[in-house]
Amino acid sequence: MTELGIRAPAPHPAPEAAEHPQPAARFRPKEEIALEAVNLSLWYGKKRALTNVSLAIPKNRVTALIGPSGCGKSTLLRCFNRMNDLIPGVRIEGTVRYHGVDIYAKNVDPVEVRRRIGMVFQKPNPFPKSIYENVAFGARVNGYRGNLDELVERCLRRAALWDEVKDDLKKSGLALSGGQQQRLCIARALANDPDVILMDEPCSALDPIATLKIEDLMRELAEQYTIVIVTHNMQQAARVSDYTAFLLTDERTPGQLIEYAPTQELFTHPKDRRTEDYIRGRFG
Amino acid sequence: MAAGLGRLERTQAYRPRLGIRRAYNAVATGIGLVAIAIGLAMLAWLLIETGLKAVGWLDWQFITSFDSRFPERAGAKAAIYGTAWVMAFTLLFSLPIGVMAAIYLEEYAPEGWLKGFIQINIANLASVPSIIYGLLGLQVFVRWMELGRSVLAGALTLALLVLPIIVVATQEALRSVPPSIRDASYALGATRWQTIRHHLLPYALPGILTGNILAASRAIGESAPLITIGALTYVPFTPQGPLDRFTVLPIQIFNWTSRAQADFQHVAAAGIVVLLGILLLMNSGAILIRELMRRRY
Ligand SMILES: Nc1ncnc2c1ncn2[C@@H]1O[C@H](COP(=O)(O)OP(=O)(O)OP(=O)(O)O)[C@@H](O)[C@H]1O
Ligand SMILES: [Mg+2]
Repeated sequence: MTELGIRAPAPHPAPEAAEHPQPAARFRPKEEIALEAVNLSLWYGKKRALTNVSLAIPKNRVTALIGPSGCGKSTLLRCFNRMNDLIPGVRIEGTVRYHGVDIYAKNVDPVEVRRRIGMVFQKPNPFPKSIYENVAFGARVNGYRGNLDELVERCLRRAALWDEVKDDLKKSGLALSGGQQQRLCIARALANDPDVILMDEPCSALDPIATLKIEDLMRELAEQYTIVIVTHNMQQAARVSDYTAFLLTDERTPGQLIEYAPTQELFTHPKDRRTEDYIRGRFG
Repeated sequence: MAAGLGRLERTQAYRPRLGIRRAYNAVATGIGLVAIAIGLAMLAWLLIETGLKAVGWLDWQFITSFDSRFPERAGAKAAIYGTAWVMAFTLLFSLPIGVMAAIYLEEYAPEGWLKGFIQINIANLASVPSIIYGLLGLQVFVRWMELGRSVLAGALTLALLVLPIIVVATQEALRSVPPSIRDASYALGATRWQTIRHHLLPYALPGILTGNILAASRAIGESAPLITIGALTYVPFTPQGPLDRFTVLPIQIFNWTSRAQADFQHVAAAGIVVLLGILLLMNSGAILIRELMRRRY
């Protein structure tokens, strides 16, 4: 675990011109890379939301995206499984590689991308169906051939929800508490047997105990899955993640990657002044 | 201020004026109550007036006999069958086409001027007078397609008439599905159609059915377009197939009210009660399906 903000980092020179990647953002983990944004820019209509983001996400690790509200964390996350395709007027430059394959290439089906790269949303959003159906849906639509009952149980157990719901799988997913709903959404994502799980502030609607449960779960899942998590909670990023990326929007450049480093390093020796300001709570 | 909580000195920047706000609230409630009372009173008056007139005339004989020149022997059998045939075929055509068109517009069609153009014109079509549809039906279905003055020609004409209503209502229903459900489904690797089939349609179904109730209620009361395509007023038989000639209840009722003998006013009243009964039956059927689906989803 990292201790936050104890040592003062060395002062650093002013940031470079916007279009070029920040020096502190050039870091690339020396591990197998699962997912990689390459010079990625995104516009919502005329409004730019990401600027030349290059970010390599290592396999079987937890990578955290932090940054002030509106800096483009969710936008970047949604680029990783092509969820932005569903928003009219979105334009993308650059690309995203998944184990070296360009997921925005013409011959790649976004449906296949999303099966491999699952997502858990900020607000728990179970389907208004039974708990069982919620978990089984992803497997069903993707033509799962095994025993569905077993799969549902396995996923609910993994998501640490089984004991609370095993007696009433027919109950509506909406009848669960917020924390249970979020774990249901995680179980639902697991049922697809994804490779990567993207989580957008998965704990923002939860109490501290449910939050700890989900954090434990993330650590556990990281043994088999690659996890990318967006969070506003510095302690959470420090607790669960192996690597942390800091994004920032300023007047000139929306959504740029300022710094990327192993979590411990980023929180103890941030290289960029703005990273330091942010993690010390000086703005954002 | 007669506040029971005592005076709060700090809050001078606020003027709660509770008395006046309460008065406005009471006025708004009152206006609402009066409005609904007027509506209900008119409805009750109509129903009672018609019901009373129909008493003694609405009997088994009325339902099982054909029309006649004699009020005591006149019945609505042909019109009831005709209405049932026409409505069944109208919904058979308009429902799938309308719902599919709405799905396409909401879920598949790319945003752009073409979609906007289609959208505006659907709204326009909903307000075209029904007689125009009758003229269109006469030319296209009766003459070009040579369907004659048949159930099928009538049903196709009415289907055109209610199509915009169904499309708009279905679109509204689809739009009411929370975006988070769409997101969840797509994020699990569902295709567009799987998302529509498993989440959007079940969720939107109550709204879609309500739209179809409205559409069916509109169609069942129409007479102008059917008269235009040549529905009969005096039919001593029931349609045996979609290509047979027919009449429907509104036409039959209109015909009775315009006859000389005073007793035919009672026959007409009986016909109106039957029409309302069928309407009520259809609506309850749709509501029943809706509730069953809601429980399952
Ligand atoms: N669907 C959209 N259409 C237009 N602009 C959008 C859309 N979604 C996001 N934006 C804009 O893009 C920018 C980045 O938004 P994004 O949601 O990625 O921020 P975020 O970092 O996730 O913020 P938060 O921490 O508050 O969730 C914001 O300025 C936002 O207004
Ligand atoms: Mg966000």
